[in-house]
Amino acid sequence: MTKTKRQPISTSSEWSFELIETYEKEIGRLAEGFKLDIYPNQIEIISSEQMMDAYASVGMPIGYNHWSYGKKFLNTQENYKRGQMGLAYELVINSNPCISYLMEENTMTMQALVIAHACFGHNSFFKNNYLFKTWTDADSIVDYLVFAKGYISKCEERHGIENVESTLDACHALMNYGVDRYKRPYPMSAREEQQQQKEREEYLQQQINELWRTIPVAEQDTTGQTIHFPEEPQENILYFIEKNAPLLEPWQREIVRIVRKIAQYFYPQRQTQVMNEGWASFWHHTLLNSLYDEGLVNDGFMLEFLQYHTNVLYQPDFDEPWYNGINPYTLGFAMFQDIKRICEQPDEEDKRFFPDFAGSNWLDTLHFAMENYKDESFILQFLSPKVIRELKLFTITDDEENNYLEVAAIHNDEGYQLIREALASQYNLGNLEPNIEIEKVDIRGDRSITLQHNQYNHKPLDNESASEVLKHLHTLWGFDVHLHSKDNNKTKQSWHCPEAAEA
Amino acid sequence: MTYVIDRRLNGKNKSTVNRQRFLKRYRQHIKKAVDEAINERSIQDIENGEKISIPSKDINEPIFHHGPGGKNDIILPGNKDFVVGDQIKRPQQGAGGGGGGQASDQGEGEDDFVFQISRDEFLNFMFDDLELPNLTKRQLAGTESFKTVRAGISNEGNPNQINIIRSLRSANARRIALTGKKRKQLKEYEQELANLQKNNSDYDRQLQLKEAIVELKNRIRKVPFIDTFDLKYNLHTKQPVPSSRAVMFCLMDVSGSMTQATKDIAKRFFILLYLFLQRNYEKTEVVFIRHHTAAKEVEEQEFFYSRETGGTIVSSALKLMQKIIEARYPADEWNIYGAQASDGDNWNDDSDVCHKLLDEQLLPLCQYFSYLEITSRDHQALWQEYEAVQQKYPQKFSMRQIEHASEIYPIFRDLFQRRESHAA
Repeated sequence: MTKTKRQPISTSSEWSFELIETYEKEIGRLAEGFKLDIYPNQIEIISSEQMMDAYASVGMPIGYNHWSYGKKFLNTQENYKRGQMGLAYELVINSNPCISYLMEENTMTMQALVIAHACFGHNSFFKNNYLFKTWTDADSIVDYLVFAKGYISKCEERHGIENVESTLDACHALMNYGVDRYKRPYPMSAREEQQQQKEREEYLQQQINELWRTIPVAEQDTTGQTIHFPEEPQENILYFIEKNAPLLEPWQREIVRIVRKIAQYFYPQRQTQVMNEGWASFWHHTLLNSLYDEGLVNDGFMLEFLQYHTNVLYQPDFDEPWYNGINPYTLGFAMFQDIKRICEQPDEEDKRFFPDFAGSNWLDTLHFAMENYKDESFILQFLSPKVIRELKLFTITDDEENNYLEVAAIHNDEGYQLIREALASQYNLGNLEPNIEIEKVDIRGDRSITLQHNQYNHKPLDNESASEVLKHLHTLWGFDVHLHSKDNNKTKQSWHCPEAAEA
Repeated sequence: MTYVIDRRLNGKNKSTVNRQRFLKRYRQHIKKAVDEAINERSIQDIENGEKISIPSKDINEPIFHHGPGGKNDIILPGNKDFVVGDQIKRPQQGAGGGGGGQASDQGEGEDDFVFQISRDEFLNFMFDDLELPNLTKRQLAGTESFKTVRAGISNEGNPNQINIIRSLRSANARRIALTGKKRKQLKEYEQELANLQKNNSDYDRQLQLKEAIVELKNRIRKVPFIDTFDLKYNLHTKQPVPSSRAVMFCLMDVSGSMTQATKDIAKRFFILLYLFLQRNYEKTEVVFIRHHTAAKEVEEQEFFYSRETGGTIVSSALKLMQKIIEARYPADEWNIYGAQASDGDNWNDDSDVCHKLLDEQLLPLCQYFSYLEITSRDHQALWQEYEAVQQKYPQKFSMRQIEHASEIYPIFRDLFQRRESHAA
């Protein structure tokens, strides 16, 4: 590369629309060199109030109305006013074109950082990571949200705000159980959605009538067989309710579906926090440094950038008062950086741990890692001893049966593998969320539904919230609801709604 | 292709609806917080917004999550001097660690959920469910509000008020009236002409008739389709809207027996009352009367802030009130209210006079009169006399005792609570 020093793009901290476009173009040119494959960018400049609105709607550009978003808004506003929390510099939405929000208060440096981070880092992640590719449809999400908002407000007009609200409350309580973990969802498009919605209503109601028919069917009853329904335990509770709940009105089923679809849309984001932030941080760091190498930004720019960068990547130690878990930016950034190092300058240890890619082309390896993993598997595959040493990670085992905590592993040769596995499982949603499935529906009897929780590592369910969620489930189902928490097939806890059911 | 869009001019209050829904849902909680706030702070601050805090467990959105217990492996950064096998005493709290902690970032902690509401919202919550009792619509002179009502059809008006159907109908009538005779004639001529043509005779007469027919037709055509004379206009007139006019008399004892604390309570009560009236009743007038041995009508500022003391003759204030009513507020046009605050001290024989004044003069004119006694001592003659009044006018007269500042708001609410309308 010819090292002709060029003029810096800007020298003041004020931004302008022309400058943003220039930076975007220059960063885009460099990103292309790094083979970053992105959706077209749509950069929107907003004020801090608008940023708070965006926050409150949990990153959906258009959201239906619900009190819980009001609560989030008030919370954000209060924290921001009291100075307890800065607003994120940026918010990016997994859509095509990829929408990124830039705050008007940001300096030029910050805007450039955000462009590199969001418009190229996150954007390319959304477009290429396998989870996003399978689970979300960036082309239609905005249309779908528009449809959802319209549909729900129409329901409010027709059936009253309170009725809609209680249905939504119930769905939100079960939102995490509204995702298919194994099946690929059918891609949604707003137009189809609208067309199908009517037919679906009628068809569904027919199905349900069939299922809940009260006229006895002679042949089946004579065999004396008990019908087990559902045949297999169902993990997607909201889906099951949408299709089978006996008393729901058609519009309520549609609302259940909307919440379920949105949950599904966010599902990949919850599984790729470390990777996504790490990837974006790696690229803003790399891209802005390349700008500097070409002389397009000056030293002042770089100092300001590095300060933001280190702030974002700060990882407090576990015993510091502001420690709040492992910073996904830090972990992800360190891992991607280290993958690059292992490719470029592998030492003996790296060759032992990562024979597959030590010494290979770093860019290809990085892209491969980004495209084909989620947090859990990414850590399991790529967490290197060096990163463990740098972060000084260690494992504490907290077993109920002992009255002490035990240090299980530290950053030494024996510990690397253990720490890696433990950290990976810490990012496994399957371990984090209680594993609850629909076990049985008594279709010929009292129509009660029974859920089963299979304990992982003997972890019990939180008592109070479980009984609250059951109440919500009861609203949707309409008949008795039971939940049993089992450890090794032994029932440890049970909840019922209504409670008097089990006298 | 990249687009840079300036969205700063778009509405920034996207969350307003959601915020409103939240406030509505937690109405009871917010009301409780508002009530508590009013008891705690000095009334002057009430004009500002308020920080509301609600226990976060009440507004939690429940989800399934792990409780404490079981076996957890927790990864932490920043190891200092631990080695494998070290045993640490379990800290008292936070044993949940990994699993439990993840689910609780929605605010499961002990902290309250705190947020700010605006002054308007605050006052709304504060005066929720309150109203002036026994308010009736009284007829009034020189009212300011009118409503426009239809008042039939007129011959004059603005072009935009033209009533098309009526105008065309009238044009039609005019045309019929003006051409009737000619058309009758025309018919006769045409009949005659037809007869002649059938018989093929009297060609001169035929020619004559033809000319006459053309002439008649011309004249009929000359009658205009529509004339200014036909135009009809919708007529609107303004009608005065009967609105309820009310006047509130605030009577405050500022005599020497009133300590600074009791005066403060009285003032706070009246400020509350004043705020309430200002906010909920646009057309309410307020008359401030302060008294020691003599009563005086004063301005708002003076009422709340001036210091002046002396002995106590309660009846002086009542007399002045009566005088003002006679002079300015005829009872058939005004809803008259009274609120009186005192520490119950009165000149020896005056309480009896007060009783009489209220009973015979004031209460027949008033819609409602409330008496507030701020004292922690035994009641004196005034209270006893007033009790007799209350027995006689249970609907119109109410009396309460206040001992501490914290009781002001509950008692205020109690006095002005919206109640079932009495058989008026």
